[in-house]
Amino acid sequence: MSDRERAQSRKREESESTEETEARTESEADLEALDDLLDEIDEVLEENAEEFVKNYVQKGGE
Amino acid sequence: MALHKVLGTETEYGIVVRGDPAYNPAVASTLVVNSYPGARVKLQWSFEEESPGRDARGYSHDGYGSPDPESAVVNSVLANGARLYVDHAHPEYSAPETYEPLEAALYDKAGEWVMRKAAATASEVSGRHVSLYKNNSDGKGNSYGAHENYLLSRETPFGDVIRFATTFMVTRQIFTGAGKIGRENDRPEVDYQITQRADFFEEEVGLETTLKRPIINTRDEPHGDPSQYRRFHVIIGDANLSEVQIFLKVGTTALMLAALEDGALPDPLDLFDPVESCWQVSHDLTMKHPLDLDGGGTATALELQWRYHEWLAKYAERELDDPVWKDLLDEWERTLNLLETDPMKLADTLDWVAKKRLLDGYRERDGLAWTDSKLRALALQYHDVDAEKGLYYRLANRGAIRRLFTDEEIERATVEPPTRTRAYFRGRCVTEYPGSLVAANWDSLVFDVGEATLKRVPMMEPLKGDAARVGRLIDESEDAATLIERLGG
Repeated sequence: MSDRERAQSRKREESESTEETEARTESEADLEALDDLLDEIDEVLEENAEEFVKNYVQKGGE
Repeated sequence: MALHKVLGTETEYGIVVRGDPAYNPAVASTLVVNSYPGARVKLQWSFEEESPGRDARGYSHDGYGSPDPESAVVNSVLANGARLYVDHAHPEYSAPETYEPLEAALYDKAGEWVMRKAAATASEVSGRHVSLYKNNSDGKGNSYGAHENYLLSRETPFGDVIRFATTFMVTRQIFTGAGKIGRENDRPEVDYQITQRADFFEEEVGLETTLKRPIINTRDEPHGDPSQYRRFHVIIGDANLSEVQIFLKVGTTALMLAALEDGALPDPLDLFDPVESCWQVSHDLTMKHPLDLDGGGTATALELQWRYHEWLAKYAERELDDPVWKDLLDEWERTLNLLETDPMKLADTLDWVAKKRLLDGYRERDGLAWTDSKLRALALQYHDVDAEKGLYYRLANRGAIRRLFTDEEIERATVEPPTRTRAYFRGRCVTEYPGSLVAANWDSLVFDVGEATLKRVPMMEPLKGDAARVGRLIDESEDAATLIERLGG
């Protein structure tokens, strides 16, 4: 492998690993945002889920 | 060139009175509609021009759909030109006629603001807690509608609509669904599906809207000059909270119908069994289910939607100037691309994906099964129109959902009518002459100006009565009597 090829190959590896890191960071950030969101929603959730679901009965419409 | 696609939506909201499972939903809906504190006129909705029993295939059904006397008294027209009333034990908001799909989405959203205020006031005056939901199913086999309306030319043979629109309606579900846990109406078991409504469709074509629901509804009630117009009444769609999704749903459909009228759809892409395909599309989160085609072979809903995208992009470029269509086609392309590669990336624009992301998060964090009540409660709460309780609004307020409108724009759309359709005349008359309006319909207003007879103003042309034609006339008429006189009557 020539120096130039080695350099290109190294560069490719570096860029691949940067992409991986970015992808990981993005999905980690996404998960963190989701955790935050779930915590916020915990505060407003229907208190008695079973009762709420049971009583949610509608007349059929159009 | 196809007739301009005037369009609008109508939504029946789910209703719950907290702590009183035995409440009468018709009474509660009446309370909600009567409690709305915004600008409007309560009046008689004149049914003489309505004909829900007339069939687009050319015959009439006697005694069909005559108005329920109890709900007929609870009617009002809002300052934005909308109708707010009680239908089938649900409060219903029928948006005013709009000129293009972005405006249609704005006035659909205004309905949520109207319902939110109506529910809050109803709770206040009754001392009960009334909650409203913009959804289409109670998860127990009962469905209620979100309909769309599009103006068609009377010259368009209805057979062409049936032939060319059916596959589009079935396959657009991949981006029109609001998401639902489980199945209903004896369809096969499924954990989660794309739409709320698909399970309820049992016929390809028909007049019914409350049972044996058809993919193509044939109600021939143009709400305009019947010699010139048809109204295509779409009942196969979900109520959406996402602004982008409403825009996509009504925009792609209006575009498809314009192309249909101009003969620009080269192939009906017939499905072998549209009714079976309907729930199959909704139950398939992978986007890979092969639908049987009538001429043999198969295609996925996504592949068929790409065909429509290709045809309609060419059609729009050739025929339509308004930049709204370019925005629509770009959004549609992004949506189809992501549905193909990673549907969960559409959590910022599609209700079914946003809701699934939330449910997946809870399933993972709390180890919940799909059948858990907590998940079902969450799925319902996504649709609560209360800005604090409604999970859609929680997501939107955190920036997790992309918006097209500001809250201020939506607020304004609850009191100001669209300016390019006859809804302008209706809405302005509600604001300017509330004491003189005694009856209304989509295509007429009736005034009492203190004379021996009532004065009826017909509005048989959906594009007339707009701001350009009547704005100044209304500005310069200090009362309804003057307005009527200047209108020549």
